Order: sequence, then structure tokens, then C-alpha cells
Amino acid sequence: MNRAKVNQGNNLADYHDVWVIAEQNEGKIHPVTIELVGEGRKLADSLAKKLAVVVPGADAEDEARKLLHYNVDKVYYIKHPLLKDFSTEGYALSISELILEKQPEVVLLGATSIGRDIAPRIAGKVGTGLTADCTKLEVDGEDHKLLQTRPAFGGNLMATIVCPKNRPQMSTVRPGVMEKAAYHQEIHGKLEIFIPSLKEEEIRTVLIEKVKSDKKKVNLIDAKVIVSGGRGLKAPEGFALVRALAEKVNGEVGSSRACVDAGWIEHLHQVGQTGTTVRPDLYIACGISGAIQHLAGMSEAKYIVAINKDPNAPIFKVCDYGIVGDINEVIPAMIEAIDKNGSFEI
Amino acid sequence: MKIIVCVKQVPDTNEVRINQETGTLIRDGVPSIINPDDKNAIEGALALKDIHGGHVTVLSMGPPQAKEALKEALAMGADEAVLLSDRAFAGSDTWATSTILAAAIEAIGGYDIIFCGRQAIDGDTAQVGPETAEFLNIPQVTYAKHIKAVGDRVQITRYTEYGDYVIEAKMPLLLTAIKELNEPRFPSVRGIFKAYSTDDVKVWTLDDLKIDMTQIGLKGSPTNVFRSFVPVKEKNSLIIEGQNGKEKAAALINKLTDLKLV
Repeated sequence: MNRAKVNQGNNLADYHDVWVIAEQNEGKIHPVTIELVGEGRKLADSLAKKLAVVVPGADAEDEARKLLHYNVDKVYYIKHPLLKDFSTEGYALSISELILEKQPEVVLLGATSIGRDIAPRIAGKVGTGLTADCTKLEVDGEDHKLLQTRPAFGGNLMATIVCPKNRPQMSTVRPGVMEKAAYHQEIHGKLEIFIPSLKEEEIRTVLIEKVKSDKKKVNLIDAKVIVSGGRGLKAPEGFALVRALAEKVNGEVGSSRACVDAGWIEHLHQVGQTGTTVRPDLYIACGISGAIQHLAGMSEAKYIVAINKDPNAPIFKVCDYGIVGDINEVIPAMIEAIDKNGSFEI
Repeated sequence: MKIIVCVKQVPDTNEVRINQETGTLIRDGVPSIINPDDKNAIEGALALKDIHGGHVTVLSMGPPQAKEALKEALAMGADEAVLLSDRAFAGSDTWATSTILAAAIEAIGGYDIIFCGRQAIDGDTAQVGPETAEFLNIPQVTYAKHIKAVGDRVQITRYTEYGDYVIEAKMPLLLTAIKELNEPRFPSVRGIFKAYSTDDVKVWTLDDLKIDMTQIGLKGSPTNVFRSFVPVKEKNSLIIEGQNGKEKAAALINKLTDLKLV
């Protein structure tokens, strides 16, 4: 088998710059890209290196150019008609080609279903290590290696991973965790177009159809307020109360894994290690005991409110405000109290 | 149709507890299970075999006790099981694990579909499937939630955050399964009897594989663990007191209103 290898004694000093691989769909940039740019800037500054964003696409130059407004030193626009729609091989091959040519020191991708699909293939092609689904990135003060921290064992344990002998150091980063970069009117970076040597026969999958979902979109990542339900709701009907409260506070509906596993609500609503990671201003946990795998996805909320019948539930240790009581009594009373206090727009 | 399913035996992370003093996992009494997504992969393979006929091999890497997971897969209906077990494999990261699995798949040979679970609940990396496909130089479709084989092609519905993609590819290819793909079957009584009354799990060691030793095990792994720790998540919590739910709810809403949160 002719394949890339690691541990080939490459000179680490030959690698420069921090790269973010942007995710775009039909010309729209995914929010995780802006989060990665925010984090990438911090890493580039502590390494005294430059920050570049890579945008693969066919007709995405305008969107690619917009990224220069986020304090980015360079945008590489990988332009090819075969990159119009996502394909694992088309994207992985052309991104790998650019990496091998320019030799970045750090490469970050969003840990989305697309990023997690192509990142291992890119690492496999360029011959380096890859750390999945990181929630914290730092630069080691001594030797400048990238410290990549991520939850393991369902969030019970945090592990910091390093890639000491191979470059680039590659991570996928969990969406919703890093802070977004700020938009600036002025730009100082440049856009460079890169034409990959991609051939049609190298893409061995065909995209037949994109199925548009007619369901209402659940946007937990950008929600300012989330009202979540857990096993304490006792039955699927319990989500009617959760929904009513969510509507009242202009929030989205979240859920613990238990309710998703029980089929009470769709996976799109799941918050936690195997669901979505959120950082709203307010998170209201209704009947959620606070299993570590749930906490892994919501403990970064600014304010956490917990309502649970069991005074010993672990959620009461991580909340700001707790109410020990019955959901069926407390939620309607909260709605009533909000109505009494007048209207609350945020 | 010849299908190879890669499975991993994992501790049930719902049951995992941490020794707060030492920051280490308490594994005693924690049940070992077939990784849930891998069970969907087994079912996906068996369902294809039910329709098209063929042969399903389950493949795992791990210590000798991982045989148990493979026996369960045999009881579900798999035809053949191979365990890759050797000290030289210990400490492998996703790169090294994929290298070993790819070498074993090459040794088995003649496959149409390689099936993996999307990710394992202990590591949650989702990297071993795609890296194995890369090393085998075959296409992949991850996050598969629906599969249909027609002739020499497979049509897959794949989850994305933008809505589902329907993708077609020629075999051989690698698929990773998510929970939505199917409901794994229970082993039949006959299957259980057959799997557990015989020792049909083949055990392969390093000597059975054609492999570059510089790419496997702890030394060959490009990534390693720098440190691990228990996340600290305790806050100063205020439990709101009151005569009844109504009083508590009103007090809570007043606080949230003061903070301009509602």
C-alpha cells in the first residue's frame, strides 16, 4: 500500500502559521468557522505566527473574502468546479495538497459531521496525528507545542493530547465552545486563490440529492435561552410544559440523552457529550439529574437554573439557582410569574 | 456480498465512575459492551446479508477478553470473527489503530463493504473509520442512516447539519453507522448456543499481519496523552426556598428578571 507515514523525522521548524479550514455550504460559512478564527487568532498570537483561513468551493470567493474582516492575515480560496458540493475525497484531497505545499504548523477544523468526515482523511494523507472534538486549545509555554484538551469516557475525564513529532498539529474543535471572532470594518490580510490538481475520477462518490428538511430548525448553538427537559418529566407529554416555558422566554427546547433514547424528542434537541454543546446566557434544566455527559454540554452557560424533585441531584451542584420541587407545579408557576411581571423581551 | 464489520469493546460509560482523589477511572464492576454505534454497524451488515446473501466477518482489536464482544456478534448472526490481539498493538492512537485494522482487512481481503460505528463511547473520536478507509484507499460515507445496495453500487442517506445527503458509490467502500440506521437485533437462542458453546473466534497477532512497525503501538502513534484530569464543575449554588412551588417560582423569576435574563 502506498500511503503517508508518520514519524519520518521531519524538521518541525519548517512548519509555520495557524490554519482554520472553513466550512461552507452553498456559499454560506458555518458559524463554527468564526469560532475557530477567534481561537486561531489567540494561538497564532501566542506562537507569533500568522493566521490563515482555507475556504474550498466553486463559487464562494465573495464569502471567502468576507472572512478577511475577522482579523485574518490570509485567506486561501481553494477554487475548483468539483468543489461546488461537498465530497469527502474532493475536499480532503485539495485541502491536503495545499497543506503539503504550504506546511502550516496548526490546522483546525470544526467537529461537525463534515469536519469529522474529512479531518481523518486529511491527517491520513499528510501523515500526522489528529485530535478529535477538542474543547480547549493552548500553547505550551516551554516548547510551543499545541495542548489539545478534550472530554473522554462520556465527559467523565478530560485528556490533554499532544502531537510532538509530526506537523501540522491537527484538531477538530467542538462547535459552540470557542468564542467567535469579532467583525472589523478594516482588513489587513489578502486573499490568495489556489487551484488544486483535482480530477473527476478521484472523487469516487456521487451526491444524488440534498434532502431539505421540512422540520423546524433547532438552533441550540446560537440560542440565548434554552429550556431543557430530562427524565424527571416522566412522560413525553412533559415536553409540552418545557415548550410552553421556552416560548415564554424566547428560548429553544433542549433535552437530556435519556429522553432522546426513550424516543420522547428528536436527537437534534439533545444537549451533552453526544449531543450539542451550548453556551446560552440562561439554561433552565427541568427534571434533569445532571449526569456528567449532560454537564459536558452545558456547564459553560452563563446562568444555570435547575428544577428537580430530588434535592440530591448532581445538577444542584453546578446550577446558579435551584428549585427543589415538582416540574408540574413549578413550570406553570414560572409562566404565571413572567406574565405577572409584564413582557420580557431580550 | 462480503462485509467486514469493525467493532470495539468499550466500558459502558453510563456506568463509569471516577476516583476523585486519583483522577482515574474505576473500571471494577463496569460492564463491557459492544460499542453502541458498532452494534448498528453489525445490524446494517446482517440486514444487507439478509437481502443479498453473503458473508459477514466481525473484526476487533483489543485484549483477549474482547472475544466476548465478538461472540455476541456471532450470536447475532455474523459468520466469522477475528480478534487482533498483541502487546505490540497496545497504546495505539487512532492512526496506529487504523493502520492495524487496515492491515487485517487486507489480510482478510476480497471485501465489498467495510462497516464501522460512527464513534466509540469511550474515546468519541470518530476517526478510526475514515483513517482506515484512507489507508485502504477506498471511498467512505460516514453518518449513514439509510443504506440500499443496487448491483455493484450502494446508495446511502447520510446525516449532515444541513439536512440529509443521498450519496452513491461503487463497492468497495467504508460506511460508518449512526443510531438512526436501524434497531440492532437480539441474538437468537440458536445463535447464542452456537457462539458460546464453541470457540470460533480467531485470534491474530502481529505475525499474521503485513505491517510497518514504525506506525503502530505507543511508539508509532503520532498523538499521545500529555495529562488527564477530572473536570471540576462545582459552583456556588443558591437553592431557592419557599412554602410551595408557586412561591419558589415567583422568587426565581424575580431574580432572573433582575439579571435581565427573562
